Amino acid sequence: MTDALQTDPRLLVLAQGDNIAVLKATIKAGEDILIAGNEVHVGSTLGLGHKLAVVAIQGGDDVVKYGFPIGFAVADIPLGAHVHVHNLASRYTTVEIME
Amino acid sequence: MPEMMAWPRQDGRKGIRNVVLVAYLVECAHHVCKQIARPFDESDVQVIGFSGCFPSEYGQDMMTALCTHPNVGAVQLVSLGCENFKKSQLAESVRASGRPVNVVTIQEAGGTAAAVEAGRAWVAQTRAELQNLPMVAMQPSELVIGTICGGSDATSGITGNPAAGVAFDRLVSEGATCIFEETGELIGCEHVMAERAATDALRPAIVDTVAKAARYYADMGYGSFSNGNATGGLSTIEEKSLGAYAKSGQSQICGILRPAQRPATGGLYLLDVVPDGPPKHGFPNINDNAEIIELISCGAHAVIFVTGRGSVVGSAISPVLKVCANPETFTHMSGDMDVNAGRILDGGGQLHDVGTEIYEKLVALGAGARTASEALGHVEFVLTYKSQSPSNPACYPN
Repeated sequence: MTDALQTDPRLLVLAQGDNIAVLKATIKAGEDILIAGNEVHVGSTLGLGHKLAVVAIQGGDDVVKYGFPIGFAVADIPLGAHVHVHNLASRYTTVEIME
Repeated sequence: MPEMMAWPRQDGRKGIRNVVLVAYLVECAHHVCKQIARPFDESDVQVIGFSGCFPSEYGQDMMTALCTHPNVGAVQLVSLGCENFKKSQLAESVRASGRPVNVVTIQEAGGTAAAVEAGRAWVAQTRAELQNLPMVAMQPSELVIGTICGGSDATSGITGNPAAGVAFDRLVSEGATCIFEETGELIGCEHVMAERAATDALRPAIVDTVAKAARYYADMGYGSFSNGNATGGLSTIEEKSLGAYAKSGQSQICGILRPAQRPATGGLYLLDVVPDGPPKHGFPNINDNAEIIELISCGAHAVIFVTGRGSVVGSAISPVLKVCANPETFTHMSGDMDVNAGRILDGGGQLHDVGTEIYEKLVALGAGARTASEALGHVEFVLTYKSQSPSNPACYPN
């Protein structure tokens, strides 16, 4: 695969088959980064540990990290989009986020 | 790689340390134990004990397992004299294991000063005798290794825990025994975990073990997913749990252990630290050291401790190898860390490289190397009340 050459080095795919990558370092709002050769515009600043879709994920599909589902997409998630509590839901229990 | 050398024990196990324990059997004897141990180096003579005065089957089982641990060479027991601990039974178990044991009862000795003097004299003489014991070669396949994570942050599940899993996989493939735990932090991945069960009987038992932990913590009013987790990029309980679960590696799970239970074979075990039934004595483990000592009670020669925010603890009896998941924490607290797993984030290596480093540093502990926490004199010890629950014979190999 040549993908590794064309993906931003701040992204870490933890296991084969994962459809998200984890940020190894902060990516700032407004940056254009490469994911598998595709240029993606990052809309908001994202810190270490946050996730970006490395392929387009259909609503209802599993989001896969470490090779295992960590929940499902509640809407279509385009390649390069931030994957978090707004578009990913647990299949286990509802997680309540308090401001 | 350097060859491991160890102290052979009567039960066939081997110790990578040869510690003299000074053990109080009620809090009232704790000070005397500290005074007995004071002239000696922490690496040679360490204080452990059970504080409670009321009887405890769990406390008795734990103290018995710890006083006959392969890293222990001899035991000085210190009793006040009126506590409920079954000290004769414990002393007999230690004696039957082939270890020198001495009991000092403060009320019989004539008080603090006399008890301290008697204990110190015995420990000094026993130390000298232990130094003459012959050592034998030990293979990595004979190791028992535990793993926990504490002071976790967003990096723990990305670098440190998966790297510990790589080290576990190598150890298990070579025939060693590996133990992971924290069922309360595995909620959401019990079905993934159950798929790795070695037997059909074990599969539902793994699911039940996690369900029990979820129930227990919920009864205690404690949830596993916090706002801080979401800020750090974690979105679901499954995701958080898989990050902790990554420490276990990919090997087949061959059994479920209870605290103070010795694994019968090599392989990967889940330690069930949550008692059966409703909460009785509070949280299953009140802090990281209470978890570490339960891993050690199952015979762990050493424990891998993955931290992101920066824990500094070690433990009595067995070395704690500190794997730092966060590169910034590693730079800031490098004197407390053994492995920089955070270098994965800096482009300084892959998971496999860090897993290999963990493995090699564990083996080196049996060849004279010491951990950062050992060099700094960390010998933390915590043991509280817990309901002892029987192990299910279907949950471990014959």
